Formats: sequence, C-alpha cells, structure tokens
Amino acid sequence: MIPALTLLLACQLAGEATVRLAGWPVPGPVLGMALLVAILLGRDRLRPGAAPVSDTPLGAVTRVMLANLSLLFVPAGVGILRNAPALASNGLGLATALVVSTLLTLLVTALVFRALSGRLDGSGEPNP
Amino acid sequence: MTPATQLWVYLSSSPLLWLTVTLAAYAVADRLSAAAGRHPLANPVLISVAALVALLAATGTPYNVYFDGAQFVHFLLGPATVALAVPLYENRRIVLKAVVPVLGALLAGGLTAVVSAVGIAAALGAPPAVLASLAPKSVTAGIAMGIAREIGGDPSLTATLVIATGIIGAMTVAPLMNALGLKDWRARGFAVGLASHGIGTARAFQVNPIAGTFAGVAMGLNGLLTAFIVPVVMSLFRT
Repeated sequence: MIPALTLLLACQLAGEATVRLAGWPVPGPVLGMALLVAILLGRDRLRPGAAPVSDTPLGAVTRVMLANLSLLFVPAGVGILRNAPALASNGLGLATALVVSTLLTLLVTALVFRALSGRLDGSGEPNP
Repeated sequence: MTPATQLWVYLSSSPLLWLTVTLAAYAVADRLSAAAGRHPLANPVLISVAALVALLAATGTPYNVYFDGAQFVHFLLGPATVALAVPLYENRRIVLKAVVPVLGALLAGGLTAVVSAVGIAAALGAPPAVLASLAPKSVTAGIAMGIAREIGGDPSLTATLVIATGIIGAMTVAPLMNALGLKDWRARGFAVGLASHGIGTARAFQVNPIAGTFAGVAMGLNGLLTAFIVPVVMSLFRT
C-alpha cells in the first residue's frame, strides 16, 4: 500500500514541479494523471505477463480513493462560511447563473457527444 | 479554568477534533445517501457541508480553525486526481474509440460552461470580481482557484461556487438525461464530469464504472481547456 501511495504522490509531485518549471497553465495533478497512465502503459510493454492493475495495491488504493471522492470536497464546501457576504449581495445572479449554466452545460455536452458518436446507445445497457 | 474549558481549549487548538468531525459527518451523510438508494437529491457532499456549517456556527468556530483539521482531507484532492489514471488506463480502448465525440463534446461543453455562467451573472448585475470568481466554476477546486487568482477573482469565493456547481450537476444529471432519453453511459458520464468536476465524477462512479471513467476523463480535459479559455472569454466580456 505504501509504494502505491508513494507512486500517486510522486506523480503529483512530478506534475506540479514540471508545470512550475515550464510555466505551463496545466494543473499539476492533471499532468500527474497523464504521467501515471504513461507509467501503466510502459508497465504493459516491459512486463507483459504482470498482474492486472486492478489486482495490485495501486488498484486497491485508487478504488478506495475514488469510491470516497465526494468526501474530499467537504472541507472546501464548508468554506461557504467565509463567503456569505459576497454570496448574499449577488445571490440572485449567482444562483441563476450556477443552475442555468450547469444544466445547459450538461445538455450541450451530452447532446454533442451523442451527435458525434454516431450510435444512439453506445453502452447497450439498460437505464435504471 | 474548569476541566471542560481546558478540554475545549485543547480541542480547538488541535486538528484532531475537526478532522474527526469531518469524517464522521461524511460517514453519516454517506449512510443517509445509501439508505435513500443513492437518490440524486440525497447528495453526501451537500448533507455533510450543511451539517458542518451548522455545527461551526453553533460553536462559534472560525473557518480557519476548522480547516486546520480538515486540510488533511482537502490535501487528498491532488492524489485523487492522479488516481483517475487507473480507471482511464483500464478503459483506454473504450475511451480511444470515442476520441471524436470526446473532443467535440469537450470544446462545446467547456465553452458553454464559461460563457453561459459569466453571461447570465453579468446580465443580472454581478460585478467584475464576482464574474472572475465564477468563470472557472465547472472545473475541480484546485484548478479553478488557480484560474480565478490569475484573472482577479477571489479564490475562496470560487471554491464555494465550484462546490455548488458540483452538487447541482450531481443532483440534476440523472433526471435531465432520463428526460432526454439519453442512455449512453459514456455521454452521461462525460457530461457530468465536464459540468461538475469531481463531485459529478463521484456521482458517476456510484452509478456506473464506464460513466465514472468518462467523467474522470472529462474532468481532467476540461481542467486543461478551461485554463486556456477563461482568460480569453473574460477579456471579451471586459470590452
């Protein structure tokens, strides 16, 4: 488990260091994610017979993290306490903008995806 | 000092109390969400945040004291973003096959997210600093705060708007997509990850692993795209 956690942190560290040194507008963790995909692809090349990633400690650690991803947003969400005045004085505009823009973004993204994918029901799975 | 006061002085100066309370609030909220059959309205982030805000207000605890404890949870947002590499790698063939819809939906959705939010808030009279804080609302907290800082917004206001956007998207995606009759898990996941970053991605992983993977891809790509387009869009609104 510790090597798996170290790998995640090391990828983030490499990502953060690279974007700062190169002055790229890319977020460090996103570059770290790309780096980890590259490492996993390289592992396929170098050790074709290795266990699937989902059976390794890295698979276990990432499953736990992603299953509880919501938790990680709670501290930032509680930050609403600090912004009460700014939110109250622009309440109507911000609330309308957030709701309408989020719905519109969901709509546009999903419809463009469907239009370009050429298949009406890509997964073929039933809808709950 | 009474022993109770001494205990409170100790607890309020140590990260232990608020870290524990944050995890406990989330554990209870997650149970409630599960008991409600993962109904989109029983959003665990919304329930936890509401409970914690009420508790902090009732005990008169300032946010920075709370954050001394909660920062350990907040820190994991970075490694969790890196962790999205694993489902992306495992589903790489499905994702590569969808490269055209992914890139098209990214451009259309990423632009819609920024332009519609800033346009509506500007029309309703929000001042420039608030618009700058709002523009990156659809990307994950760490990225959005960085963008807002660069264009003259208030990063802490941005964080609040980002979380609100995440909760709104996670709550509305299922009814909206069902109303459209859209059953493709890739499109549903990609839309909620693009519009509502990690909170939307968390919701997508709850529902379907393919939806979760596409949500994670959308969240990463839109983080990149938004960093490039927000300065351009904001300069158009200022003129």
